[in-house]
Amino acid sequence: MSVLAFAEQRGGALRQAALETMTAGRALADGSGVELVAVLLGPPALADEAERLARYGADRVLLAMSDNLAEYAPEAYTELLARAVEERGAKALVFSASARGKDLAPRVAARLGAGLASDVTELAVEDGRVVAVRPIYAGKLVSKVGFKADPALLSVRPRAYAAVENPRPGEVEEMTPQVDPEGLRTNVRMEAGEKRDRPDVAEAEIVVAGGRGMQGPENWKLLEELADALGPGAALGASRAVVDADWRPHAEQVGQTGKVVSPPLYFAIGISGAIQHLAGMRTAKCIVAVNKDAEAPVFKVADYGIVGDLFEVVPRLTEEIRKLRSEG
Amino acid sequence: MNIIVCVKRVPDSESRIVLGGDGRSIDTQGIKYVLNPYDEYAVEEALRLKEGAGAGSVTVMTLGGEESKETLRTALAMGADQAVLLKGHPSSDGLGTAEKLAAAIKEREYDVVLFGKQAIDDDNLQVPAMVAELLQLPCATVVVAVKIDGNKVTAEREVEGGHEIVEFELPGVIAAQKGLNEPRYPSLKGIMAAKKKPLEEVDVGDAEERLDFIELMNPPERAAGEIVGEGPDAVPELVRRLREKAKAL
Repeated sequence: MSVLAFAEQRGGALRQAALETMTAGRALADGSGVELVAVLLGPPALADEAERLARYGADRVLLAMSDNLAEYAPEAYTELLARAVEERGAKALVFSASARGKDLAPRVAARLGAGLASDVTELAVEDGRVVAVRPIYAGKLVSKVGFKADPALLSVRPRAYAAVENPRPGEVEEMTPQVDPEGLRTNVRMEAGEKRDRPDVAEAEIVVAGGRGMQGPENWKLLEELADALGPGAALGASRAVVDADWRPHAEQVGQTGKVVSPPLYFAIGISGAIQHLAGMRTAKCIVAVNKDAEAPVFKVADYGIVGDLFEVVPRLTEEIRKLRSEG
Repeated sequence: MNIIVCVKRVPDSESRIVLGGDGRSIDTQGIKYVLNPYDEYAVEEALRLKEGAGAGSVTVMTLGGEESKETLRTALAMGADQAVLLKGHPSSDGLGTAEKLAAAIKEREYDVVLFGKQAIDDDNLQVPAMVAELLQLPCATVVVAVKIDGNKVTAEREVEGGHEIVEFELPGVIAAQKGLNEPRYPSLKGIMAAKKKPLEEVDVGDAEERLDFIELMNPPERAAGEIVGEGPDAVPELVRRLREKAKAL
């Protein structure tokens, strides 16, 4: 018996999400007294990353290495993961609720006829069974569920579990990467050319989010400068109002029809705090709000607030943070 | 082109969601129910695909109770040709619902099955890919752009830091993300016409639950925050607290 954790890679590099998934998987493995097995699918050059998975908590690393697995191949990935679960009689299979995890986990669950809990923020083993806590209605409520049977499939919200070094033997085993070619129907590749230099809002350490108070898309350079001062872990976010007004791309939207985020630090700049926005960011560890209206609902969830004109406050904030960063 | 669009009735995103007296469900009082926002993009895309092809039909389908007829009528008012109500309870996890939908879809003719990427109540983001897997169909989820050329689908899906291009041949499944298109509002004429469009009802029974309900909770209250001060002069104190108290910098 074992707990499996999907080690996500993209473009031949292990993603941070893979290491977070090891931590989440460890909680289930320790809770049921079984091994944590990382499953890594990708090109042969990736085999070296097995060592890193062991350092972050994998007792064993199961490799399926083939150039055909370098890019996301949904059907092949589904078949290999379902096979790994069946061959090992796995108790659980843990994914990151990343773009890929959210696409892949349902396919594997359907293949196995297994239950899947999406976007969970806490998981554990209670009386021998896997239980999970997950926000619903974008976080307006929280639901705790238990799996009726094994295997339990789960996808874990980015940043809900931190990557922690926890060295294990990480014995490597290879599985055959061959899959039924009949089943391959989809071709996936990254769009060429497009490269964003900031992390995704759902995965960032720090989010700098702007709302209608920004008054127009041309003013976003203020937030970009703040994000730059905060460092490479900072992403830009946006309220629904500004996305609907086409000031910012939907990929940055935080809230019920955007992304639900849990960064360690969240700046809400010129965001009044509509109910669907607050639901999407209230699990941030620390929330800072800047708004000229002292009655804005965002101040009810913010840890720290400044009432004032953001066009004066934000440049000052950027300057102070630069100063702090340069002092090291 | 024959298109099936699977939809769901959900509370409007502006709704306050409050725990019901039974502790197991939400208090539905005062909640306005709507066609799931992501499904609006799916219905719109279906209408455009049919219009582009110049022939075919758009069928909207849902698993739910009598009250879901209203949701189907909304999609009919947007321009869908017919509706199917699969009468039964959806499951709280995706697979039970996907099984009911897949069984009904299998009985029909289709080139494309469209979904919204997720329903904004359970937030599962599971059903589209599960239906695809159960029907052995190719699938693209979280799609922000789609092009269909003859039999060939090229879909762009949103991933961290960019877009992925997904290519496959029809028949297949596409799950819509916000931004795929600009959904039309039902016209008055559309609303009148929707009343006369066919709405088939089939009893399918309740979907299988693979997860047990344990507890439904309000999210943890955040401790009351503090206003550090007013205007830019408050910034140094804010930064000090972020660094020393919150250890966030």
